[in-house]
Amino acid sequence: MQLIACPWCGPREEVEFSYGGQAHVPYPDSPAELSDEEWAHYVFFRDNPKGRFAERWNHSAGCRRWFNAIRDTATYRFERVYRLDDPKPVTP
Amino acid sequence: MTSPFRTPEGGRIDRSATVEFTFDGQVLRGHPGDTLASALLANGRHQVATSVKFGRPRGIAAAWAEDPGGLVQIEEPFPEPMLLATTVELYDGLAASGLPGQGRLADVPDSARYDAVHSHVDVLVVGAGPAGLAAALTASRSGARVALVDEQSEAGGALLGTDDELDGAPAVDWVAAAVAELAATPDVLHLQRTTAFGLYDDGFVLALERRTDHLGAAAPKHVSRQRVWRIRARSVVVATGAHERPVVFADNDRPGTMLAGAARTFLHRYGVLPGREAVVFTTNDSAYDAALDLFRAGVRVQAVVDARPEGSPQRRAECEGAGIRVLSGAVVTGTQGVERVTHALVAPFLDGEVGAGSAIACDLLLVSGGWNPAVHLFSQARGRLRYDATLGAFLPGEELDGVAVAGSAAGVPDLAGCLADGQRVARAALGVPAVPSAADDRLPTAPEPVVPTAPLVLWRVPDPSGAEGSTSFVDLQRDATVADIARAVGAGLRSIEHVKRYTTIGTAHDQGKTSGVLTSGIVAELLGVPVQDTGTTTFRPPYTPVAFAALAGRDRGRLFDPERVTALHEWHVAAGAVFEDVGQWKRPRHYPRPGEDMEAAVLRECAAARTGVGILDGSTLGKIDVQGPDAAVLLDRLYTNLMSSLKVGSVRYGVMCGVDGMVIDDGTVLRLAEDRFLVLTTTGGAAKVLDWMEEWIQTEWPDLRVHCTSVTEQWCTFPVVGPRSRDVVGAVFPGVDVSNEAFPFMTWRDTTLDGVPVRLARISFSGELAYEVYVNPWYAVAVWQRLLDAGRPHGITPYGTETMHVLRAEKGYPIIGQDTDGTVTPHDLGMAWAVSKKKPDFVGKRSFARPENHNPLRKHLVGLLPVDRQTVLPEGSQIVEYRTDGRLPAPPVPMLGHVTSSYRSAELARPFALALVKGGRERIGETVHVPVDGTLVPVEVTGSVLVDPEGARRDG
Amino acid sequence: MAELLRTSPLQAWTDTFARLPDPVGITAEPFVATVDVRLGTVGPEASAALGVDLPTAPNTWVPAGTGRAVWLGPDEWLLTSSTETPEEFEARVRAAVLPLGGSATDVSAQRIGLRLTGARVRDVLATGCSIDLHPRVFGRGSSAQTTLGQAGVVLLALSDAADDFLVLVRSSFAGYLADWLLDAALEFTTTPTHDR
Repeated sequence: MQLIACPWCGPREEVEFSYGGQAHVPYPDSPAELSDEEWAHYVFFRDNPKGRFAERWNHSAGCRRWFNAIRDTATYRFERVYRLDDPKPVTP
Repeated sequence: MTSPFRTPEGGRIDRSATVEFTFDGQVLRGHPGDTLASALLANGRHQVATSVKFGRPRGIAAAWAEDPGGLVQIEEPFPEPMLLATTVELYDGLAASGLPGQGRLADVPDSARYDAVHSHVDVLVVGAGPAGLAAALTASRSGARVALVDEQSEAGGALLGTDDELDGAPAVDWVAAAVAELAATPDVLHLQRTTAFGLYDDGFVLALERRTDHLGAAAPKHVSRQRVWRIRARSVVVATGAHERPVVFADNDRPGTMLAGAARTFLHRYGVLPGREAVVFTTNDSAYDAALDLFRAGVRVQAVVDARPEGSPQRRAECEGAGIRVLSGAVVTGTQGVERVTHALVAPFLDGEVGAGSAIACDLLLVSGGWNPAVHLFSQARGRLRYDATLGAFLPGEELDGVAVAGSAAGVPDLAGCLADGQRVARAALGVPAVPSAADDRLPTAPEPVVPTAPLVLWRVPDPSGAEGSTSFVDLQRDATVADIARAVGAGLRSIEHVKRYTTIGTAHDQGKTSGVLTSGIVAELLGVPVQDTGTTTFRPPYTPVAFAALAGRDRGRLFDPERVTALHEWHVAAGAVFEDVGQWKRPRHYPRPGEDMEAAVLRECAAARTGVGILDGSTLGKIDVQGPDAAVLLDRLYTNLMSSLKVGSVRYGVMCGVDGMVIDDGTVLRLAEDRFLVLTTTGGAAKVLDWMEEWIQTEWPDLRVHCTSVTEQWCTFPVVGPRSRDVVGAVFPGVDVSNEAFPFMTWRDTTLDGVPVRLARISFSGELAYEVYVNPWYAVAVWQRLLDAGRPHGITPYGTETMHVLRAEKGYPIIGQDTDGTVTPHDLGMAWAVSKKKPDFVGKRSFARPENHNPLRKHLVGLLPVDRQTVLPEGSQIVEYRTDGRLPAPPVPMLGHVTSSYRSAELARPFALALVKGGRERIGETVHVPVDGTLVPVEVTGSVLVDPEGARRDG
Repeated sequence: MAELLRTSPLQAWTDTFARLPDPVGITAEPFVATVDVRLGTVGPEASAALGVDLPTAPNTWVPAGTGRAVWLGPDEWLLTSSTETPEEFEARVRAAVLPLGGSATDVSAQRIGLRLTGARVRDVLATGCSIDLHPRVFGRGSSAQTTLGQAGVVLLALSDAADDFLVLVRSSFAGYLADWLLDAALEFTTTPTHDR
């Protein structure tokens, strides 16, 4: 049972959280102007790296706030969590 | 009482009391403090069972959980399979029998309690041997919160099986003092009979405490039998000791063959002599202690057979001083006997070659091939292991954050070293100086360790019998031999993981505690590669078996899954409702009268709602309060239709889609004020829709001035349904003009009842004239009763979810998640009217323009009427083209779709169904076939609205 | 006409709770006016309007008038009042926060409070709560939204000795949680017997 550090509530057991997929995939400004392929990329396509990945998490059983995290998909280690209004951290 | 192999004195058993137990039907006696194994040995019994594959006799080969031989089934007081005689504490009335490798599950429910407890500590020490006790004392003296868990019935670890001394007194005296000190220190949790069986992320350790197992039938019923401790530790100190490793030779499984250290434990801890005449076979110094201890206790030690060419000069002198013969440069090549060892076959051993041998008579053959540090928890934490060629063992090979290994688990060979190592590791874990700073943090002084002669790493003795190792057992529990490993390697397997699966070595009850490293060594030898390259198989939890009952804990029976109930639950129960699970909710499905089955009850309830008046507890509906100046903007973006144009006082139906354009929920929206809406969702969608709104607000539209709050349980909802509903609602709420003119369909009005706020809404999920009554649940029972009282003259009939489903299906109202499956658009449901063309964008809109959404063969929601007017089509039935011959074609049969809802209708006087059918709306009027129980049932495709398509009743 | 009768989700448990021994006391606290407050920024204005400094430290609560103010999130609080009706309370709080861009929603019946008092209630909670309840960590003024057993709860520490807690649970889960607590407390509520 991993601990995930909610930026508000601090470390809590992972069962209190729900996963929200890749972070920094904004809703397109003008969906109507996108080609079907561009729209399909927004709806269906996400990165799937081995290693560092910027993800969205929600502290669903706690304060219900969404936040972002950099997590290593190979080790599951959370390298850092950051609030939605924080910029995506530059990782080496 | 005669226990022929019990020593006259000594041991940690209570000789003043006698315990009677039964093994394989034979009544035997032991003492409190015995294990089943020690009591059997005291009675001269070595063989416990026969082996799983070959039926060979097997006996007690070790003194604790590493024993691969002594599997038993407990028969009384409660049946439990697959326990080790070495770990079952003896109690009065215990009845057990030997198991040939496979157990038998109980066929009666387990009435014992099991529970779990969370614990948080700075330092968790696993193992209460010398290193663990030193670590726990050091940590507790610093003021840290400490947990010390140990799997045995009492603390001491290896010290319980020796006559070691500390500070010039028996070491067990120091153990007792340490335990007393820990007990007197605040914030120290000390648990014996507790096995840390899994080490997970972030210092999370699961430990199983056997709380009442040892009490047998005397166990108090209200105390959990076993408890899973969920311990979260900043630092974990693994002080789990080491397992002695056997050497493999022919017929090494014969009862009477035992690890040398285990014999010492049986002697010192339990006062048991495991035999009368012993041969001791070793590759290292440690077994000499067993030889000398047993000799002093009266055992004839026939020979110490030391595989090392020179043996151990120092230990040889000690033995010879006692008159014990030492054969250096010699090995045991096999055993003789039937159900018990009678002879050890001993032969010279030089440069890997075995010479001509001879038989030495014995009834006990002790073996030591060195020690394997118990690195299981360290390895579970993904710690890398390092092979030590001198010890022939795998040791922790790296430093881990938050997990440290101490004492013999880290390869420390002697008592003084283990004590110092425990203290050092605890200090490091706490981040305090490595040099003792306080005089009171003192550890006892152990005798100066003797510098040992280097051990010989010997995995197996060549089989001189010509049997090629086919009786040289590596994994006794799996009956797997050296020959099996040779066959695996011969078949081309190189990876130790593959060899494990090919031979099944290490997959049994003991998970390879004695066989794992042996297999690595033998595979390396056969492949001619270094053992480091072979490595070990992955160590996985649990360290020792854990019963599912313990893992389930209290989450069973009534507490297995929470039952959510509405404020009216007790009324429903009293009214004889039959309940249905809707998610976690318990909802009345129908209210049968005496003699009614569900079909009769539902037909009656439906008829009441269509012709008189019915009432439903709809309180499980999801409800969300949406507030703020931008509330309408939010709803416009999330619903497919326009919500901003809704007038205060009115209600609108709405559909919500995902970005892929597929329907995720539907419901109605009440505009309470310019800046406030009440959003109603499906019962199952309540949490999902609130989460969906929060996700968009927080992650995409933080600038919107809007807040969403769940009020699902703030309001009870009672739809009053049917032509007489106006009379009932009008009577209960005289302050409200319930006429159609003053209070039309799809509007709401606030009122009060005896000062209590009530909201009424003209919403209909049945197609009938209906008023939904909303009230704070505190008053739910009272308001419900008022409605029933007022409805009595009209025959008001409470109805359940089944009737609700029939009524809505007759009107073609879909249930999201039943009539849809995540691939269905509003257009597929025939709800193009609910999709705004005015709004520039809303969630899902762009996807509607994808070509696939214009495919004429998309499945549409339609109605189905079985032509025979009899068959209730099973939900989920497939739909196929009409077949004139009435027979299915050869598979694969082309499918047109499937039945999503199916009921018998009182109103239509026939069964009907809703279905998703390819190009369904174009097929209206056609006949298709539905296979039911092997026959093709002809059904007519119709529109989805089967009752009152004009909506005259609902609007009236 | 007679006044409408109020009923609590835990009415049927009243007698059982009353029989519990002191170390594991459980009392239901129904009918507390409760408002969920959302407010982007808190400061002197909000404090003046509401009459309480909303706590800004996560996982805390403070006394507020006749009730409490519980932190639920960076812009969300639970406010309770033991003297006002739910309607009065929502109206007052709403009027206070609306000009500041906030919102307020009556959630009085959403949850019910279970007061746990006694020397062993920390042990009872520890059977199903993964939060560290040691008094040094979770003293008076601490709160947590988490799970207890399989129910979502808001847990409040009312004392510095880990012997007084308030558990707020969704009303529909109240029966489950009451049964769960009674089951967890069994070890401390049963007179030991050693019969078969």
